[in-house]
Amino acid sequence: MTSQGDEATPRSVQLSVDGTVVTATEGDSLLAVCRGLGVEVPTLCYGDTLTARNACRICVVELDGNRTLVPACSRPAEEGQVVHTDSARVRTSRKVVLELLGSSVDLSLTKGVEAWNERYEADPSRFGPSAAPAGIGERDRRVTGEHHHADPLTAATVAQPAKIDNPLYVRDYSKCILCFKCVDACGEQWQNTFAISAAGRGFDARIATEFDVALTDSACVYCGNCIAVCPTGALMSTAEFDLRGAGNWAPERQHETTTVCSYCGVGCNLTVHVQDNEIVNISSPSDHDVTHGNLCIKGRFGYVNVQPPRRRVKD
Amino acid sequence: MFGAGGGTSSYQEVVESDLIVMWGSNARNAHPIFFQHVLRAVRRNAKLYVVDPRRTETAQWADLWLGPEVGTDIALANTMARVIIEQDLVHHEFIERATVGFDTFAASVAAWTLERGEAVTGVPAWAIEEMAVAYARADRAQMCWTLGITEHHNGTDNVLALINLALLCGHVGRYGAGLNPLRGQNNVQGGGDMGAIPNRLPGFQDMADAEVQQRFTAAWNHPIRAQHGLHLAQMFEAMDEGGLKALYVIGENPAQSEANTAQAVQRLGRLDHLVVQDIVLTRTAALADVVLPATAAWCETEGTVTNSERRVQRVRQAVQPPAGARDDIAIIAAVSERLGRSLGATDSEAVWNEVRALSPMHRGMSYERLEALGGIQWPCYHEDRLEPSFLHGRLWATDPTERGARAPFSIVQDESPVDQLTADFPLRLTTGRRLDSYNSGVQSGAFLSPLRQGETIDLSPHDAETLGVTEGDLVRVVSRRGALVAPVRLDRGLRSGLAFMTMHFPDEVATNDLTIDALDPKSGTAEFKATAIRIERHDTDPPAAPAVDN
Repeated sequence: MTSQGDEATPRSVQLSVDGTVVTATEGDSLLAVCRGLGVEVPTLCYGDTLTARNACRICVVELDGNRTLVPACSRPAEEGQVVHTDSARVRTSRKVVLELLGSSVDLSLTKGVEAWNERYEADPSRFGPSAAPAGIGERDRRVTGEHHHADPLTAATVAQPAKIDNPLYVRDYSKCILCFKCVDACGEQWQNTFAISAAGRGFDARIATEFDVALTDSACVYCGNCIAVCPTGALMSTAEFDLRGAGNWAPERQHETTTVCSYCGVGCNLTVHVQDNEIVNISSPSDHDVTHGNLCIKGRFGYVNVQPPRRRVKD
Repeated sequence: MFGAGGGTSSYQEVVESDLIVMWGSNARNAHPIFFQHVLRAVRRNAKLYVVDPRRTETAQWADLWLGPEVGTDIALANTMARVIIEQDLVHHEFIERATVGFDTFAASVAAWTLERGEAVTGVPAWAIEEMAVAYARADRAQMCWTLGITEHHNGTDNVLALINLALLCGHVGRYGAGLNPLRGQNNVQGGGDMGAIPNRLPGFQDMADAEVQQRFTAAWNHPIRAQHGLHLAQMFEAMDEGGLKALYVIGENPAQSEANTAQAVQRLGRLDHLVVQDIVLTRTAALADVVLPATAAWCETEGTVTNSERRVQRVRQAVQPPAGARDDIAIIAAVSERLGRSLGATDSEAVWNEVRALSPMHRGMSYERLEALGGIQWPCYHEDRLEPSFLHGRLWATDPTERGARAPFSIVQDESPVDQLTADFPLRLTTGRRLDSYNSGVQSGAFLSPLRQGETIDLSPHDAETLGVTEGDLVRVVSRRGALVAPVRLDRGLRSGLAFMTMHFPDEVATNDLTIDALDPKSGTAEFKATAIRIERHDTDPPAAPAVDN
């Protein structure tokens, strides 16, 4: 924390949210205004360190005078706006988003989904049972523009085996909602490595390395800044993936402590996730202005040297 | 600079600057999150200039990369200075009011014409001129450097040469403009701040100063010896002469990290008594008479560290240490107790409050405030306010009293590296870090990195062809002090005549057997960046291939 330099003072605007008149800072998003009022707006693709992508459409709100619903995450507050966050149109729209995503993607690790399904009366199972999962690499081989025969009795899904091609993190694209946060974090918004991007079109669209090569043959530098922003658990450290796979992932036995990385002099804050006195994950607070939630390979994965049983003290 | 050593700007100022020079710094790999701030500036249309003999991953982001010969930084800086003076781009008002020695300095660089600069550095004259003019004309310019500047026998002079440029243009003491050494370790800044340097007490207070002595003597109820101590390199020299008989090493691995390690290990062997306090049994600890198992400071203890923007931040205990390992402070207190003196309360906050009581620049940093603000930059004199995020703002004050002592220009001469290139040793070896590894590998060696390839001798494709070797071939690398075997890696970022190694895998390839312990007399830093070597084909030698860690 430092004292600030010269910054122009932004202007205030007045608007109403669900009938409450509120004064906001010009340029703030409607999402920020709603959250400031304690009005809950669900989000999936929104990230507090990223430019809004408007990909998931779950945060839509109704704005008087607007023909379409607007995404709260990216619509700036303006003078005189009349915002409805829980109108019938808003509720229906959020319900459909939840049903389409929930029927095609594994949202079991997505925070908030269960409560939202209940609140918006979403029933992802209404499109029928899930279609059989794709085999290894099958979805990656689909050709852009090729049309598939739709099976009316089952719900199409992105189910497929997790990609495990390196020792540090796993990509389980059966949990991917294509929110693009990983692409933005890897690309020009933070890491500037550009190891991943979107490939394919329509329902075949997917996040991929260049030419779908394994991560070890890609530009990836294993900073894990994609993991940090992933809202659905599609990207996960191998440590967590293995613990979950073995049935030993126990959040109720975990605690988090924020400290400072020891790998250089930049002073990155590390949040150490500990279960049964072992480090199971490292993240960084997104609201800290040294890292903005980002780390490098050493900070995120270099904790192994302090783990048992590597260090033993002789009697 | 000016008494207290530390980067003058905050990271946020780097983001908001108009021009950034990264000089002798491969921050993209060595300080990746700092480089994210640089890239944010670049995305805001700041110009990036990178000065490095290697075309590094940092250089690949530059608007212009300048690749001087190793050890010609002063020649480059002095040539730039002459351009700035000749074209009258200096900040007259700042020079007149806030600096001293300009005329002598200007005379000292008068001979550094662009032609001479190009001849000595190998950087084209137009590139030197372009960078000089851009740096001088920028409103907010940042000069950042790391070990490429300091790990030379004249490292301090290298730093002074960069400071001269900032003084010429008034690029210090203002929001967004500054001089920033990026620290290599998480508390190298804090260690210096706390007095872990031979001539200072906590808060950069001179131990020879009578008032300071009195204050510390009163607080510690024990007289402070006014004598300045030895820096690391002087300690090793003193071991030779028998002047230093016992050594207490905390969290350092000099048996592998010192230049010319064969000699360093020999010297450690001459000690009567060696104590090593560390979190694992390092190579140095293996030589010790006594090993004190310590906790890992970053995750097994409470305390503070200070980063490259002078921000003091809390480290906190996340895990229980292994049985028998003890907190560094507790060990030191116990040793002190055995020596017949109790240190009093030793919990981290009590120790920190003692620092605050004795060091004015830390006074306003209570644990509570450090917590609430996510760390605080020094200086922080008062509990109820923060100082500007940049240092030396006083230099711009209109009131001469407030402005205080003038910042001096320094006369610095170009000097070649000590380890000279000859027909026997025709290649220049320089050293550095890779993204996924750290120093001697004690910490970073444990995790499985897909990027790790083990130690290599990196050569330019041209040199490799001349030598008749290619990627993966084992070669013998010979310097005037030692020899080793390593596989070749080709790097198109290296010009002909330049080779590169890291020091991350000393158990397999002891790079520092090659490096020279020629020291900067002022800082005590060895010239890790400039070793003269030759490459011999290895196939005629008996098989002694080192095990390379994958």
